Amino acid sequence: MNVVELDHVTLRVGNRSILSNVTFNIEAGEFIGVLGPNGAGKTTLMRAILGLLSPEGGSMKVFGQTPHRGNAAIGYLPQLRTVLPDLRVRGRDFIASSLNGERWGLPSVSQHDRIMIEKTLDAVGARDLAARPLSDMSGGERQRLLLAQALIGAPKLLLLDEPLISLDARHQEVAIDVVRKVCRERKITVLFSAHELNQLLGTLDRVLYLGNGRAVLGNVDEVVTAPVLSKLYGTDIQVLRADGHIFVMSRGRDVERADHLHDHHDHSHGHHH
Amino acid sequence: MFDYEFMANAFAAAGIVAVVSGLVGYFLVMRGQTFAGHALSHIGFAGATGAGLIGLAPLWGLLAFTLAAGIVMGALSERISNRDIAIGVVLALALGFGLLFLHYYTSFATQATALLFGNVLAVDHSMIATLAVLGVITLAALAGIMRPLIFASLQPELAEAKGVPLRLVSTAFLAIVALAVSACAQIVGVLLVFTLMVGPPAAAQRITTGLWSGLLVSAALALAEAWLGLTMAFYTDWPVSFCIALLSALVYFATFPVRTRSLQTAG
Repeated sequence: MNVVELDHVTLRVGNRSILSNVTFNIEAGEFIGVLGPNGAGKTTLMRAILGLLSPEGGSMKVFGQTPHRGNAAIGYLPQLRTVLPDLRVRGRDFIASSLNGERWGLPSVSQHDRIMIEKTLDAVGARDLAARPLSDMSGGERQRLLLAQALIGAPKLLLLDEPLISLDARHQEVAIDVVRKVCRERKITVLFSAHELNQLLGTLDRVLYLGNGRAVLGNVDEVVTAPVLSKLYGTDIQVLRADGHIFVMSRGRDVERADHLHDHHDHSHGHHH
Repeated sequence: MFDYEFMANAFAAAGIVAVVSGLVGYFLVMRGQTFAGHALSHIGFAGATGAGLIGLAPLWGLLAFTLAAGIVMGALSERISNRDIAIGVVLALALGFGLLFLHYYTSFATQATALLFGNVLAVDHSMIATLAVLGVITLAALAGIMRPLIFASLQPELAEAKGVPLRLVSTAFLAIVALAVSACAQIVGVLLVFTLMVGPPAAAQRITTGLWSGLLVSAALALAEAWLGLTMAFYTDWPVSFCIALLSALVYFATFPVRTRSLQTAG
């Protein structure tokens, strides 16, 4: 069964065309690495899957239905941008706020919710975060908390938007391991966007490369090649393989690493406030 | 001191307003919108003086202007990227208008000080009843939107994806803040609404990290500061608003060591 289907889909944000005439299917249980240069539409694609953005053209299906907001089958980890640095809120309360957070009235946390939160925090190895305020957590701890939150409510599809940003190398490894373990166990389909392909090589089933309005989904060996990537980046790209690593180079510069350095410029796009 | 009716009235009015301010202010601080609250009170000043100009009680002008401004700010907030600057410009303009209205209604000028710095000792029974009704409406509305408000404040992107109408929630919240500011201005004046709406909740968030405990501490601190301020004013003959402002600042800065210690244990 296909979890996500795009059939000749065009996505626009304002006047800017982000993806045009894109077709691909993602199957149940797949771990998809979503890659591509800055502004290629990684966030926009996830927002469309969440039903926050309607396609301009073509048809899009999530679990066989037109995407709609509030789909409980989707867990979402947004790019961490607007968490206030000074937020003196406990990890437990932070997660609890998202449980039925769309309902009106006073907040309440049932015993059942409490147990569910504890269990999910356990699953990502973050039980100790429940009682600590967000303002005291490191970037890695916050990211783990958000990951736990995305997993709550037994989602069938997980959209992780740049979950590795602001983590150091060791925490990046840990985060990938946790996602892989939990999602394999629970047979969750994952879209995992990232800047760097190499860390995901051992984990991903297929790679979805976005760029230049296009999208290519396939095995790493089919997609991460000089001809395909040259089209997506709109410039001459060389792909070097060495020692189990893949380097995507443009005129002798490592494209992914250059992207990463310019990280903070990335997020103006696809982020609507 | 309760033998004096004006003191009993002042305690009742300040009590109602302090609890409402402490609770509404908690979310104002959580959302990082304290400046918006400040601006609303200044806009209210123009409303209050404008009401005087056309022969209405200042409270109604205050309510009308802050409510309208709160709703407009809520509706626009996501489109204005430089929110603080836009709010600041409108704030200054509102104070300017307040001055203009005063200029054309000179006999009203004696009330200007009361509007700016509060006049809780002049509160009568009908004002207490009005404040009580205002307080009940404000808290009922806050209770109605509290759950999505917290979600939208903590994680706007996720809340949007889960179907929370962000703009509606933020507009409703600013309307609630407008009501609270109008009530608060009756006690400490438009220039000092921070003392009850920001000081106590900010201190509460340093003292405790739980939601309900935070709300409780915030309301309790606001109440204690308001009543102690009144008592202090009664015995020293200093202005009430000064006493409350002083206590508010003292309590806020007294919570700083708490914060530092928790940071160290987090290491």
